[in-house]
Amino acid sequence: MKQNNIILNGVAASAGVAVGKVFLLEEDVFSYSKSEITPDKIESEILRLENAIEKTREELESNKNELNKVLGKNYAKIADAHLLILKDSMIRDRVIDMIKKGNNVEYSVHKVVADLSKTFDLIDDEYFRERKHDLLNVAKKVLRNLLGKTKKTLSDLEEDSIIVAKNLTPADTVTMRENLVKGFVTEIGGKTSHTALVAQGLEIPAVVGLKDITHKVKQGMTIIVDGNLGLVILEPSEETIANYEREYEIQITNRRELEKLKDLPAVTLDGKEVVLGANIENSEEVKSALKHGANAIGLYRSEFMFLSRTTMPTEEEHFQSYSKVAKMMMPYDVIIRTIDLGGDKIAKLGLMDVAREENPFMGLRAIRFCLKYPEIFKAQLKGILRASVYGKLKIMYPMISRVSEIQEANKILEQAKKELIQEGKPFKNDIEVGVMIEVPSAAIISDLIAKEVDFLSIGTNDLIQYTMAVDRVNADVAHLYTPMHPAILRLLKQIIDSAHEAGKDVGMCGEMAGDPAYTIVLLGLGLDEFSMSAVQIPKVKKIIRTVTRQKAKNLVDNLLKCYTIKEFDTVMKKFKYM
Amino acid sequence: MKEKKVKIINKAGLHARAAVPVVNLASKFSSTIQIIKDDSIVDAKSIMGLLLLAASCGTELLIRATGEDEELAIQELEQLFNSGFGEE
Repeated sequence: MKQNNIILNGVAASAGVAVGKVFLLEEDVFSYSKSEITPDKIESEILRLENAIEKTREELESNKNELNKVLGKNYAKIADAHLLILKDSMIRDRVIDMIKKGNNVEYSVHKVVADLSKTFDLIDDEYFRERKHDLLNVAKKVLRNLLGKTKKTLSDLEEDSIIVAKNLTPADTVTMRENLVKGFVTEIGGKTSHTALVAQGLEIPAVVGLKDITHKVKQGMTIIVDGNLGLVILEPSEETIANYEREYEIQITNRRELEKLKDLPAVTLDGKEVVLGANIENSEEVKSALKHGANAIGLYRSEFMFLSRTTMPTEEEHFQSYSKVAKMMMPYDVIIRTIDLGGDKIAKLGLMDVAREENPFMGLRAIRFCLKYPEIFKAQLKGILRASVYGKLKIMYPMISRVSEIQEANKILEQAKKELIQEGKPFKNDIEVGVMIEVPSAAIISDLIAKEVDFLSIGTNDLIQYTMAVDRVNADVAHLYTPMHPAILRLLKQIIDSAHEAGKDVGMCGEMAGDPAYTIVLLGLGLDEFSMSAVQIPKVKKIIRTVTRQKAKNLVDNLLKCYTIKEFDTVMKKFKYM
Repeated sequence: MKEKKVKIINKAGLHARAAVPVVNLASKFSSTIQIIKDDSIVDAKSIMGLLLLAASCGTELLIRATGEDEELAIQELEQLFNSGFGEE
């Protein structure tokens, strides 16, 4: 057998990988011809159309029930849309018109649908353009019923297969689970096609948009679907197959394990529990945070509120969005980071005129901006304070670089409280206030800062950039951005130790917190709270549950002795196999 | 004849599943109901027509109803559009 590893690039429509045998779902080929009918046949021809539509309606109804049962109401609406297409007067009237002009019904349906689908091709928006396939799917069913062909199903499948087809209807995709299909590949469709959405819901790996694939494969041949990278590999070598089979096994085990973890605590083998929180930008993300087992919002980026608008958000708007999140997250903590925008961004948004800066990254940003424009800051603080009665909110100031900034910010906070008392609006007086440690100067004086606040949260993205003087978006120096650097490790240790000495909790909301590669290091350093993008939570939790605090501390002790990044790697590897 | 301007506010726009309740609601009325976007005029009772409008989030549309129950039709359709079809 030839082994060539022919790699074809398509669109990654649903994540996961699979190795399997091709089940080629051949296109229904309808042999219908254009013929003219005599006026006395018109009525019977229209009746044939009505019958075919009725039969198709029954099929779609049963399909709808199936979708409802397997995937729920939202997916069943896809079938509702198809039912409406079926009885759409725009199509029906045109078909009947054509029949009355003496065309046979098959040709009439074909012509009307073909013309309409050409109109869809002219649409710029990809989503709406793709709806052409919904129309074609329905038309195909009607034509099949007109010609009296029996419906081809996937029930003939005997072993786990990879379906290869020109196009798959959502109905086809639903029957897949019952038949344990391992993956599918289609010629048509994009990431937003209904078929792709259903595949994602069922967690079946899928690659779509692979032109001509039905002509490149043969029934029963072994292929690989890589829904992560959007690849299909034909004639894979034994080595490639072995690699993908390993990845498949890992994928299955991981999925099962991570699902089991959702409701378990993030606790070490020796019983130390840490908080795993999610970073969010708006209230819509709270659902996903909870779904992945978040026990806090460790970072609510309030900047989202300032986007797509022409005026500054009002106190009331701040209040509305924070109280919503506070309620949804009860009984867990929600840390709201106050405005972290730079003046440049605010000017760009057209919210107000701010002088142009040579180096905005080190310019009038975050707390500096807030202290210069206290009214904007106060509106946000009042919004947070009022929302605090609806849950467990905490305030966090970003980009602090000296103690006096905290004191000035707190003065504005006190003023905000005073005003609320005068206005008779309730708030929680003992709301906790913390700061982000993301500027090296703040890290170095973290012992002083810790005395002024209720908690610290380390923003590693900026802390590393500022400490190393590396812009990680600049390709020429990005390799110098390394979280595992003796300087960073020492800084982190210093911050965490001084917070603990002052009896304060310390969290981390940079990307480092969500990277499983650093979980044990951070645990060993004594971090109390990890906040990350929601999908990372189960992965980090899994690691936390496999170690003891002592073992993590030992790792950190060994790392602290390292001189170079290469030595770090050696210590980390050694730990892994211990 | 009654007319009313509405705006698509849900993120995904007037997509296939969102068009379902519009067609169903419009079909309850005896009035002729049209949805107008720029130069395109489509029948609110036709899902194909609605999809061909390709109305994404932020698009402004005009609802036009002509018939006995035009007032109620406009009122209820406006409500549906303003609810974002029950989506975010």
